[in-house]
Amino acid sequence: MKRHLLSANDVTRDEALLILDTAEKLAETTEAAQVKKLPTLRGRTVVNLFFEDSTRTKTSFEVAAKRLSADVINFAAKGSSVSKGESLKDTAWTLEAMGADAVVIRHGASGAPHRLAGWIKGSVINAGDGTHEHPTQALLDAYTMRKRTGRLEDLRVTIVGDVIHSRVARSNILLLGTLGAQVTVVAPPTLLPVGIETWPVEVSYDLDAVLPKSDVVMMLRVQRERMGAAYFPSTREYSRRYGLDRDRVRLLKDDAIVMHPGPMNRGVEIAAEVADSARSTIVDQVTNGVSVRMAILYLLLGGSE
Amino acid sequence: MSDWVIKGALVNGAPTDLRVSGGVIAETGSGLSGGTELDAAGLVALPGLVDLHTHLREPGREDAETVETGTAAAALGGFTAVHAMANTDPVADVAGVVEQVWRLGRDAGHCAVHPVGAVTVGLEGKALAELGAMADSAARVRVFSDDGKCVSDAGLMRRALEYVKAFDGVIAQHAQEPSLTAGAQMHEGIVSARLGLAGWPAAAEESIIARDCLLAAHTGSRLHVCHVSTAGSVELIRWAKSKGWNVTAEVTPHHLLLTDDLAESYDPIYKVNPPLRTQADVEALRAALADGTIDAVATDHAPHALEDKETEWGCAAFGMLGLETALSIVVETMVEPGLMTWADVADRMSYRPAKIGRLRDQGLELNAGAPANLTLVDPAARWTVDPHALASKSANTPYAGRELPGRVVATFLKGRPTVLDGKLA
Repeated sequence: MKRHLLSANDVTRDEALLILDTAEKLAETTEAAQVKKLPTLRGRTVVNLFFEDSTRTKTSFEVAAKRLSADVINFAAKGSSVSKGESLKDTAWTLEAMGADAVVIRHGASGAPHRLAGWIKGSVINAGDGTHEHPTQALLDAYTMRKRTGRLEDLRVTIVGDVIHSRVARSNILLLGTLGAQVTVVAPPTLLPVGIETWPVEVSYDLDAVLPKSDVVMMLRVQRERMGAAYFPSTREYSRRYGLDRDRVRLLKDDAIVMHPGPMNRGVEIAAEVADSARSTIVDQVTNGVSVRMAILYLLLGGSE
Repeated sequence: MSDWVIKGALVNGAPTDLRVSGGVIAETGSGLSGGTELDAAGLVALPGLVDLHTHLREPGREDAETVETGTAAAALGGFTAVHAMANTDPVADVAGVVEQVWRLGRDAGHCAVHPVGAVTVGLEGKALAELGAMADSAARVRVFSDDGKCVSDAGLMRRALEYVKAFDGVIAQHAQEPSLTAGAQMHEGIVSARLGLAGWPAAAEESIIARDCLLAAHTGSRLHVCHVSTAGSVELIRWAKSKGWNVTAEVTPHHLLLTDDLAESYDPIYKVNPPLRTQADVEALRAALADGTIDAVATDHAPHALEDKETEWGCAAFGMLGLETALSIVVETMVEPGLMTWADVADRMSYRPAKIGRLRDQGLELNAGAPANLTLVDPAARWTVDPHALASKSANTPYAGRELPGRVVATFLKGRPTVLDGKLA
């Protein structure tokens, strides 16, 4: 494994599978033995450096690190570094002085984890940077898919929504490509990036045509503020054309699953009934997130002891 | 002022002696004497280079550059005149500010400083600045630009183009449709999509250029297009010129060499506006500079303090240094590949930019009687860029550690050496 996890492209197929297998073992160990805590990372320091609010991801990393007995420091760093006066580089030096073995960073600027990685000795884990990537989300999504469908090779995964601004979509597309799944993206053309034709994905504007062929449907959060920038005319129209509602979900195969990285806009990209249905893996994704992040911390930090 | 005899420099390819006296080239020929001798055997003599696009940062950001340090960098780069952009603080939108910059340049003495006047008050794109007052000032402003910002309002642009006809001025447009580039960070394409950085589409430049060419035709005015960066822009300028319209254009050295994939490092040293484009754009720009569609190389020298670059990409300032590396980049991208001769270099980096700026004593052939503004270049020398060895107060060069061809050995400004043996005289 590389020292940092900045992009889903930083892991090879074997490494990705190792992370998933390790996560599975860790989940079994903690569940079966009723042991919640392992001593693996005792004495190691993991810093949660969140420049953006994200209760879900931050908590997930915190729980993962604590279950491995690491010391966790939540470094409050809200707001942009420039507006707050302290630069990311100064923050990096502070973390370095604290002896951080790993820094989990969430930042509003694409590439901020890459910059941080150039300034500190510890491992940097990208927990979401701007509109770039969110590799641990992709790993927990792959874990969830494999657990629910039993495979990743040739799995047909459809990603629906705001692809252009989605770090979840970028990381999933890269990782699923590495793992041999077949990805289709569905979105209004305004929400697909220029150059999408060079990505290893099929592109469709017609959700109804794609759903019957899908094993997995991943709905992305669509932000209402995109409307102001004319990406789509109204949430109602978006929902009608690209939302996964009760009628549309019937087009899916019986065993197809529905995923969402959260937080959801119920009634916009996904109907409440669909989110709460047996197909939905949304709660599993949260649970699996802890195991997968434990595996990542274990493999990045444990191996170097 | 002492007299000089420059011995054996290559003038239009032929070894020539130049006797410099009283601020002018007194005599050209061979076997000349009568002054301090400078052995220039093997050196190419060029008319002093003229930059149409320099950010000297003074007044306002003296921590990044001053007129003194910026013009020292210019002299070391072979320049004898620079046009100082108006986006200072306060903005150069009144006679007082342009005169201040002009005087600072004169006092520094490294090269002539010709202030560019803002087109609109405060660069805000709303009301015309007092263009006539700046033209009539001691600074004799002829080039007007809101550079950094686009004069995006079509009606205002039309009026600006018309208005400056009264004093033979030119509007130098930073072509960037703002509604297509909100929050833009880099060239919109395959790389920006992968990196998750907001895109700056080529069409945002090209749509403004197309519009402005039509306005220049309609008004019969002079339009100059700043830092052309796309293959499509080249086509539009070629088309406008084929119509006989009064349109000129410049390209920066970095757009002749660097491409958008450098952003993959997320190192803002490569963040610049307009952004680095693709290899196809680079090829088109080189071809256009070679065939004269693009008139001039202009540096867009944009010094920035370290803290404005050592940040996340999205927070960093746009711009890179250019004055001390411009000629070398042109040698590397144009001369060495055989796209341009040294005579073409003189044309694109001196004659034509001086004409566009309506400079009377710059950009003239090295003949007897001409002002002695010239630079001597060693075409065989190679040097490695050390950001901290540059004269500029800032270090934001994208060429750190890169070995470049062509070295400026000496520069003369009105008969006086500003650079000798590659160092400030």
